[in-house]
Amino acid sequence: MARSALKSLQSLKDLAGRASRSGGRPADETASDPLIGELRAALSPDRVRSDGAQKALMKKDASVFEGGVSGPLCYPESTAEVQAIMKLAEKYDRGVVPRGAGTGLAGGAIPLGAPIVIAATKMNHILEVDLDNRIAWVEPGVINLDLTKHLAPMGFHFAPDPSSQQVCTIGGNVANNSGGPHCLAYGVTNAHVVALEVVLPSGEVTVLGGLDAEPLGYDLRGAFVGSEGTLGFTTKVAVTITPNAPDVRTLLLSFDTVRDAANTVSAIIAAGIVPAALEVMDQRITQAVEAYVGAGYPTDAGAVLLAEVDGLADGIKIDAERIGDIGRQHGATNVRQAETDHERALLWKGRKTAFGAIAQIAPDYYLHDTVVPRSKLADVLEQIYEIADRHDVLVMNVFHAGDGNLHPLLVFDGREEGKLDAVHAAGAEIVTASVAAGGVLSGEHGIGVEKQAYMDLMFTDDDMDHQARLRRAFDPVCRANPGKVLPMGHSCADIAALRSVPADVWG
Amino acid sequence: MDAPKQPLLAVDDPVLHAFAEEVGAEGPVAIEGNRTRWHVGGDLAADARVIKAPTGMVAYAPEEMTAQVRVGTPVAEFHAALAEKGQRSALPERGGTVGGAIAVGQNALSMLGRGRVRTSVLQIRYISSEGRIISGGGPTVKNVTGFDLPRLMVGSLGTLGLLAEAVIRTNPIPEVSVWLRSDDADPFGIAATVLKPSALLWDGTATWVELEGHGIDVAAETAALAASGTFREAEGPPALPAQRWSLKPSELLKLTGAEFETGEFVASVGTGTVWAAKPQPPRQLNRAAQLLTHRMKAEFDPPGRLNPGRTVETA
Repeated sequence: MARSALKSLQSLKDLAGRASRSGGRPADETASDPLIGELRAALSPDRVRSDGAQKALMKKDASVFEGGVSGPLCYPESTAEVQAIMKLAEKYDRGVVPRGAGTGLAGGAIPLGAPIVIAATKMNHILEVDLDNRIAWVEPGVINLDLTKHLAPMGFHFAPDPSSQQVCTIGGNVANNSGGPHCLAYGVTNAHVVALEVVLPSGEVTVLGGLDAEPLGYDLRGAFVGSEGTLGFTTKVAVTITPNAPDVRTLLLSFDTVRDAANTVSAIIAAGIVPAALEVMDQRITQAVEAYVGAGYPTDAGAVLLAEVDGLADGIKIDAERIGDIGRQHGATNVRQAETDHERALLWKGRKTAFGAIAQIAPDYYLHDTVVPRSKLADVLEQIYEIADRHDVLVMNVFHAGDGNLHPLLVFDGREEGKLDAVHAAGAEIVTASVAAGGVLSGEHGIGVEKQAYMDLMFTDDDMDHQARLRRAFDPVCRANPGKVLPMGHSCADIAALRSVPADVWG
Repeated sequence: MDAPKQPLLAVDDPVLHAFAEEVGAEGPVAIEGNRTRWHVGGDLAADARVIKAPTGMVAYAPEEMTAQVRVGTPVAEFHAALAEKGQRSALPERGGTVGGAIAVGQNALSMLGRGRVRTSVLQIRYISSEGRIISGGGPTVKNVTGFDLPRLMVGSLGTLGLLAEAVIRTNPIPEVSVWLRSDDADPFGIAATVLKPSALLWDGTATWVELEGHGIDVAAETAALAASGTFREAEGPPALPAQRWSLKPSELLKLTGAEFETGEFVASVGTGTVWAAKPQPPRQLNRAAQLLTHRMKAEFDPPGRLNPGRTVETA
């Protein structure tokens, strides 16, 4: 099955190559395009772009996937404008692709079939902080970290904290059901979205969920979160705001081996402790981070575990001591507690800039994302090193160990002949090994175009048929983000056709 | 490397296959748990065949904080098995089954401490209208693979599929749990000062607080509560009136009307759930949400054979 997945990935790349080769046409053809004329009339001329440079930007996200072809690019400022775009998409039978900051790692925002790209960029207002209901209403283009900064003087924060939080948007977090280091204790985005205003592919506006305790009806808000832009465009989000813990302790444990670190993580959870975060970094990534920001990590350790507990002062003192003890029982060579806020911030800076540090080593990276049972972490990591070695690809591991969420980082130079193929081949084996260990395809990045071909590692045809039913109830014609998530044969869109430019569309 | 022979979520369990056979592909059919919330969503059509979901724990991995259980299992029995390993779950324990708790979707009284039912269901298996076994979600504590069928099933009243088995997130039982009561405290002030009460209830005069965690933390929070009023230890929460209301947390600040006379109601401060003698006036979905609901039902159960007579639109 891994081989067939790899094969379809290869053919996907071929198709993508064809699509991009036939895609480049002069920008001024757009002047006479009636769709663009109508979009400009509905928004304003300066907020509908169709020039080559803008569209080229929209073709990609933060993944390695190529082959996107963007149609007109719209920057709406209101729900009514999004509605107008959706109605025009229907009139002209074009797809629409929501776009936040483009930091997605699974190709979810890559436009397929020259759809209208709806950018959330200008819908970036924090509309209301409602302390009585402990929520904030925000527009989808609000930057994740900006919301937390806005809430800080009130003593609150937004709990999901992906590594990209300085640039990623709340709308993108909703689309991907994003996580982050502190989701171990606080839950992923789905646990923090209480209501959504959504423009459906039909152009109708509705509110899913509600601020009340147990909203009426099916949990359509739950179905929408994590749907990768395939069910509609969210125009307002009510997110829960989380009170800042009065006290926090951050520990750095050093180990000789990744196995010792992984076993420590498993033992901490088994002991009934639920830390705020448990992050592991292997030696390669630790050394890269040290060279990059100097976070104070030991470069001679085989792995480090960044553990954080938060809550009331006395209780977390006990938890921190127990974590230190468990670490020492499992081979920790050093246990260090951050003594100051500055030291704590520096330790986290190291973790959160890990991916930036990679740029110092090689020009390209491919960040994978699978989840395995915590007790299988050490075994699967061993397999990952073996797989990467066999394909002659450098792998580094930095991951949300507390919930078994692996992030093998394949580092390479895409200009080397055949290297990208080796990276994809190694990736396919890593995904297969994770599922074989009882794990899942993605913990927080989503399926996008990256993992469509692997969906049958987890799900039966009947299972995927039911996922498609959920999709169809929102979007019977696959207008929203066509060609994503479900593989060919299970999606209502003809994915192969989406990868070439439609004959009557300039792309 | 040997590729797995079948998808991870393919079902081998003969008990589930037998259940799928029993559900079949034709005729109105409904599932019953312990009938503790039997009338939620309307009365079952008289011609529906009533069956029971399979029972028993399939796998429990305390170190993963997950438990795979067939949903006919009573919640009390499920929790007893978890308690042997020092764990519990978000499911409300009030005489019902695991499947009933998921299908109805109402949260436990101590939802602030135990979590919400909707986020505790990691993987779900149900029998479709066509009599097929369907799996959604996944066995791990974190997962965003594919469309989120578990979320759709929580609170669906069995109208989209008949629930068969679930993987539930478990949590450690805190070292100490204590209920405190005060007759002179302001519950809304407490909500702003106590970090994480597991429950905060108010009947218009008296306030009940459930504190959980390390003994030393509970002692500190108990001491801090003294600034808000005179608290003494209580045996547990107050008796709850029969009808459940779903309000915004902010609406509890201005409850008015005869049903909200002191002692006639119990409100869960911070969540918006209220128990009162009279039922909540009917709520209504907006038009677009109603249309989506009808489409969802039509996609999952075209002949309308699953739990006929029940609807999530009036639940």
